Amino acid sequence: MLRNTERSWGLVSVLFHWIMAALFLGQFALGWYMQGIKDMLEQYNLYQWHKSFGFTILGLAVLRALWALASRRPKLPETMPAGEKKLALGTHFFLYLAFFVVPLTGWAIVSTSPLPIATWYFRLFVIPSLPLGISLHSEQVWSSIHGFLAYAAIFLAAVHILAALRHHFHHRDATLIRMLRPGYEDREAASKTN
Amino acid sequence: MKRALIALAFLLLPAQSFADQFSSAVGRYRILGSSRIHFSVAQAGGAAIEGEFRRFKGTFLLDRNVGNSKVEISLEPGSVKAIDPRVEEFIKSEPVFDVANYPVVSFRSTDVKRTGDASAAIDGQLSAKGVTRPTRFSIAFKGQSGRTLKFRVTGKLSRALFKMDVGTPIYSNMVVLDMDLVGQKL
Repeated sequence: MLRNTERSWGLVSVLFHWIMAALFLGQFALGWYMQGIKDMLEQYNLYQWHKSFGFTILGLAVLRALWALASRRPKLPETMPAGEKKLALGTHFFLYLAFFVVPLTGWAIVSTSPLPIATWYFRLFVIPSLPLGISLHSEQVWSSIHGFLAYAAIFLAAVHILAALRHHFHHRDATLIRMLRPGYEDREAASKTN
Repeated sequence: MKRALIALAFLLLPAQSFADQFSSAVGRYRILGSSRIHFSVAQAGGAAIEGEFRRFKGTFLLDRNVGNSKVEISLEPGSVKAIDPRVEEFIKSEPVFDVANYPVVSFRSTDVKRTGDASAAIDGQLSAKGVTRPTRFSIAFKGQSGRTLKFRVTGKLSRALFKMDVGTPIYSNMVVLDMDLVGQKL
């Protein structure tokens, strides 16, 4: 149940998937919302939340990547065309990449900004800046990259969600369900053979 | 202050001119715009927030009796200059100086005590953001040229006392003030 099998996602992968999905979507919404806040103190607090969740995503990304490398990936449905399989794997790869590069570019913004505002991780400890040159120009460049990558990642997430819904409602296969229920297809297979 | 000046003058000047030198220094002074009022708030894990206040005015009286010397100075926190305009806006905003409601910070001395050959401690009342608190500054004489005198004034203030302790404990509650005051004799 904890580990992935040839047909099923284990609990660890399922939890990684949904926790990071929630964090990622929440971060996108928060990142968009916080920029329009007029009250500077409230804005400061929202940015600290955004940075704290961002570092959480980065930390989870490392653990998840290690877990993924040490685990087998359940096979995609056999009925899936080869092109779609490639598309799915490519989307998954770039989503994994986004879990690293979007937080890292955010860290670069904090590190290059002339604003003397360090990251205060959930009010627990301070995360130091990366050793990058400080200038308003660098901050603006990294901000643009961070924003672009965030939109690119949310586009990929939308493709990923639509594909999952297509599998569930159009193809009526177990692609979505097995990400909701750890060990799902193994139990299904077992009940069929019994 | 008087003794400080005497001591300094004694070191620097021929004996015969020192009495003239000091008596010429006694008097009222206007603080010039070439003075510098710098502040700094330390940050854990990052650069300090620092800057200067550009608009200020004040006078001081250098009395023959040091204890009778007086200082009065006021500054406009709205004139703050910092590394980034966003920092300046925040310092002017409600959690810090709230310049919309409290445009002026003022200090008026109540007591001056000599602490060394060329140094003194000044006690006084500092008013900021609707709060008035007793505050102490250290002052060091830094030289005289013509009708101007130079002093270095330093002090530490608790931001909490003035309802400005936003961001603690990441940003220190203590703000360090560091001023180079230039006075011109009136």
